[in-house]
Amino acid sequence: MKNMKYLLAGIYFGIVLVKSQVISWFRIQEMFQLTSFHMYGVIGTAVITGMIAVQLIRRFGIKTFEGAPISIEPKQFDKGQIFGGIIFGLGWAITGACPGPLFAQIGSGFTVVLITLLSAIAGTWVYGLVEKKLPH
Amino acid sequence: MTLLQAMLQPWHWAIGGFLIGLTVPLLLLLGNKAFGISSSLRHICAACFPADISFFKYDWKAQKWNLFFAGGILIGAFIAAHWMQGNGEMEIAAATKVKLEQYHLHNYQGLLPHEIFNWSNVFTGKGLVFFVIGGFLVGFGTRYAGGCTSGHSIMGLSNLQWPSLVATICFMAGGFLSANVIVPWLFSILN
Repeated sequence: MKNMKYLLAGIYFGIVLVKSQVISWFRIQEMFQLTSFHMYGVIGTAVITGMIAVQLIRRFGIKTFEGAPISIEPKQFDKGQIFGGIIFGLGWAITGACPGPLFAQIGSGFTVVLITLLSAIAGTWVYGLVEKKLPH
Repeated sequence: MTLLQAMLQPWHWAIGGFLIGLTVPLLLLLGNKAFGISSSLRHICAACFPADISFFKYDWKAQKWNLFFAGGILIGAFIAAHWMQGNGEMEIAAATKVKLEQYHLHNYQGLLPHEIFNWSNVFTGKGLVFFVIGGFLVGFGTRYAGGCTSGHSIMGLSNLQWPSLVATICFMAGGFLSANVIVPWLFSILN
């Protein structure tokens, strides 16, 4: 099954999310209360690591394991990044989670976060419903 | 301390950040996939409740890898929590602990406060706010922004995309407002 490798990549990522405590509601409060460096350290290091990796892939024209070329689609600006970004930020501090950590919080034993995940799916659905009426 | 014992402790931010960052090249090398998780929520909508909405009319099956990745996160978190976890209280910054006490949160035995994230809260004001409304804002906001912390803040910034920088600044702005003004207010009316 060709998608199994992504399941394994997800397992790896899930373990890292828990062990580095970025799924912790407490760590998120600390980040936004500016009382701990932890989350800034994690995100900053992740961005620098990703940046170097992307540059190396570009510079050396590295291909996928199957030999296909690697290309990354650029992100287009629209006002959603401002309005949607703020809305997500409000929810991030309340739930202590962005979408990845939602799955990880459930897996780590806080099964009630399933309700949060269902509500996030509902939020995505409502966005799809009203998408065309929103400023972009 | 052996390596195994060190792995059971919470990981240092530099190790955690490095390993999270490696997910970017890992997914590119595995199949030219751009790291991002919030899209999985859209695929779930498209697969289960498309309701003739144009935003959900696309070939979600072509993006199935994203659902496998999200499922893997759930399994990986289970593994880490059950077999890779030393027990003990969270170490929390003193200034934040003072605030938590004001919120009537006293149990630091897990990654999340048991006093909130508990099935008995589902049909209470706390459940409405922390699960239903909070989750809705996350799902609506990330889709409106076209990505979340993984897609914009890590993948987008790794690829030097300025719209992702705008999105990240707005995530942080919303978070600062929420954690310092809205969350304290919510606890004051819910407790």
